[in-house]
Amino acid sequence: MSGLVPILADGLGVKPQRIAVIVTLLFLVLVIELVRRRRLVERYALLWITAALVLVVLAVWNGALNWIADSLGILSPPNALFLIGVGALFVLALHFSVAFSRLSEETKILAQEVARLDREQRRIRAGGLGGEADVVIEAAEARAVNGDGD
Amino acid sequence: MRALPLDAEWSGPSPHATIPMPSDDRQDLRLLAIVPAYNEEGMISRVVRDIKRQVPGFNVLVVDDGSTDKTVVQAEAEGAMVLRHPFNLGIGGAMQSGYKYALAHGYDVAVQVDGDGQHKPEYLPEMLDALQTGGKEADMVYGTRFRGDPGYKVPLGRRLGNLIFSVVLSAITRQKITDPTSGFRMVNRRGIELFARDYPHDYPEVEAILMLHNNRLRIHEVQVRMNARGFGRSSIDYPRAAYYMVKVMLALFVGLLRRRPDAFEGAPPPAADTQPAVEPSVEGGGPA
Repeated sequence: MSGLVPILADGLGVKPQRIAVIVTLLFLVLVIELVRRRRLVERYALLWITAALVLVVLAVWNGALNWIADSLGILSPPNALFLIGVGALFVLALHFSVAFSRLSEETKILAQEVARLDREQRRIRAGGLGGEADVVIEAAEARAVNGDGD
Repeated sequence: MRALPLDAEWSGPSPHATIPMPSDDRQDLRLLAIVPAYNEEGMISRVVRDIKRQVPGFNVLVVDDGSTDKTVVQAEAEGAMVLRHPFNLGIGGAMQSGYKYALAHGYDVAVQVDGDGQHKPEYLPEMLDALQTGGKEADMVYGTRFRGDPGYKVPLGRRLGNLIFSVVLSAITRQKITDPTSGFRMVNRRGIELFARDYPHDYPEVEAILMLHNNRLRIHEVQVRMNARGFGRSSIDYPRAAYYMVKVMLALFVGLLRRRPDAFEGAPPPAADTQPAVEPSVEGGGPA
């Protein structure tokens, strides 16, 4: 299919290429500055740097971009660049959602653990906080549970 | 996770000898009422008091889910044990905290009694009965509003949503689940272990039933009446209800794709295959 349609353009023009390079350089400086100020950890900086470099390489290397556009059956090579850019953003965003989900799970566990320790500590300090005979009962329970373990 | 024997010997003095229960074999059971509460000041005292008065065999654990009012103080004043979350985790996180506590302290039975006064403790003995024996031993017994008079006017939207989940879950579990959104539920040690390990997040009730089914725990319903919600918190508005439906449906769908073990891990041999003829083909055999 891709062979049947003529390629309309040859890579990007010179002007957009220059803009792409300049913007990418600014972006890289920003990323590195964020790492320097410890507002971005290296792991994520690497992701962004890689993505930016891939895009800028494709922007200036017409041969590669034309080849990709051709093999995907995309008439205009700049559209292939957009497609790749958007695809990369989707993957990155999904990656962040996964990381975010993990973090909220970890946060939940921490909060539950804090609640448990908080009760434990207050109970020890107050010697039977609220729950009347709880101290005796639950100390014995804990022994029973621990003793029963395999 | 360590498997705890279901009928572990309790050697200490039993604080529960007074519970008015028909049979003798449950006197030594350690029973916990988990009361999730978020800003339930004014209601929580009554809830705790009612449990302690009506079913003294149950220890009461209030899980305060980051309340900013006097919930904690009032619960403690009534002699409840209180777990305090540093911030709000939602009902799922609160209940899981309670189950973790129950597991750590060797409770045999844990029941959820909402802090807004919707659930009536007077049904606990009957639920416990159904959990233990009642002719049909179960791992989870829950109170359904929809086998008879619900006890209050259930809003139409809620009834409708409930009906949809009811149809879906009944088809999946091959048993009648008439009130899958009911939070009034009691589990035995196996249920405690399962929920301490993993409990759904936002709107956990429906999904938790699928989890029980996936782990081959047995579910039994008991007809109850409930109170209308005690205070404020006008349940769920419409956009949120739509989100709720879709989210839970997605959770159910994904839940079906999860692998279903042949038996609950650590289950005692006789209990493993008491649920005959549950066709696993319903699960669609999707790739795990």
